[in-house]
Amino acid sequence: MKRMINLAPSRGGRWLLGLLPFLIIAMVYFSLSSARLAENPNDRLLPAPATMADTFWSMASEENVRTGQILLWADTLSSLERLLAGVAISALIGLTIGIINGGVPMLRAKLSPLVTVLSLIPPMAILPILFIAFGTGEMAKIALIVIGITPFLIRDLQGEALRLPDEQLIKAQTLGGNSWQILCRVLLPQLTPRLLASTRLALGSAWLFLIAAEAIAAQEGLGYRIFLVRRYLSMDVILPYVAWITLLAFLLDQALAWTSRLAFPWYHANEGDKS
Amino acid sequence: MSLLEAKRLEKHYGDQVVLERLNFRVEPGEFVTLVGASGCGKTTFLKMLLGTERSSKGELLLDGKPIPNEPGPDRGVVFQKYSVFPHLTVLGNVMFAEEMRHSRLFGKAFGGTRRAAADKARERIAEVGLDHALDKYPHELSGGMQQRLAIAQALMMKPRILLLDEPFGALDPGIRVDMHELVTRLWQEQQLTIFMITHDLKEAFALGTRLWVFDKLRHDPQAPQAYGATITYDLPIDARQRQEGVPATFAESGIKTLTQETLL
Repeated sequence: MKRMINLAPSRGGRWLLGLLPFLIIAMVYFSLSSARLAENPNDRLLPAPATMADTFWSMASEENVRTGQILLWADTLSSLERLLAGVAISALIGLTIGIINGGVPMLRAKLSPLVTVLSLIPPMAILPILFIAFGTGEMAKIALIVIGITPFLIRDLQGEALRLPDEQLIKAQTLGGNSWQILCRVLLPQLTPRLLASTRLALGSAWLFLIAAEAIAAQEGLGYRIFLVRRYLSMDVILPYVAWITLLAFLLDQALAWTSRLAFPWYHANEGDKS
Repeated sequence: MSLLEAKRLEKHYGDQVVLERLNFRVEPGEFVTLVGASGCGKTTFLKMLLGTERSSKGELLLDGKPIPNEPGPDRGVVFQKYSVFPHLTVLGNVMFAEEMRHSRLFGKAFGGTRRAAADKARERIAEVGLDHALDKYPHELSGGMQQRLAIAQALMMKPRILLLDEPFGALDPGIRVDMHELVTRLWQEQQLTIFMITHDLKEAFALGTRLWVFDKLRHDPQAPQAYGATITYDLPIDARQRQEGVPATFAESGIKTLTQETLL
């Protein structure tokens, strides 16, 4: 008998094993849902899968009577706009300050303590300030995402920059590089894949801040819709929306992972299991 | 005037004396091999030549002027590890120096400049025998190929002094012999002055024109940090000795040190 740490499933087996927990959760839900519906056909708490599919389909295909928009797509579009704008701005700031902090000791001495303190402020606690400062429009929501995840990105990239072997910086200097060139050609390209990796991790928080901001003040958006229909106990809308958000988050995450593997093969050279 | 000169050079870290009483002159074209027990300050010495460590006392002169206290293009270096950029291909790594020279703004060459740099780099790469691997990343190369790449990269700059910190320490014996031929050939062709740290006395004799043994002259058991290492033996190696090998030369010079016992 081989040791447990040496036993690995085959490729097909891995898919099946990965699917298993999902199947179990689905089965548990089906049985609970049908049990409740058998008792009370008007139960709203655990709607039947068919009901959810119907509702979701109508939200994805029928125009809203009042606004003339198709709700699901309008919500998705505005939420994604906010999320992507927030994440893109954060990534840009994070990369810039991360490189500067990691590469230039004189600037690190000035900025690093500030970043550490800022990263400890709970972003939700300053949401009211953002609403007061930027109004309840798009700005405040994007700002919340930026404030929420930028400090994390900066700290992560700064750490990565400091972990680069000194040998590389010395070598670049012996090859005639000046400070700016070394930041551009040694630090920047080596931190970019790390930025993708840490952005993947930060996406979870980004979604959290987005939904929170939408829940409080918005006219449309995935988070807004969920919190709106909560008043009517419309689990048949909420559950598919949650699944939809999860799917979007998963696709974004995979897109970043895939981009990173494609664009920076050298960064992924030492990864073990590729699954 | 000598290329490099040290006068009563010392290096301390706080109370700990690492190197002391270093006095030497090195002329252009010499190949100095540095041996000595681990932790005796060879690498510190190399770092002082490189400019990443400052001397604590005494003088270290390059062309009669104090050596700059940061790394510069006149002193190339090859480390045992991490010597090449993992994010650049073989060609990109070797082109790096050329790109630094031509594009002060971004360090990235385009168009005709880029083609010229690439052509130059290809010549260098061919010299170290890596022309079949131009588009490979360092992680796809073996240890020996990575060190070849590091040498080609350092030589692009045409440095006057080449510093090698155990460059072949992690390589197989067979590959080492190839690397010795390569280094000897490049040293002669390009008229470099080379300082090489090694743990292998045979290698030190086979390659160098001058061998330095780093060791402590004085030792205080109560305060082991009180005295530092210095160059205890400064041996010229001529071609005859290189052939006869290590033991003969040592017998001839009458050397008997702790270092010798450690090394042989």
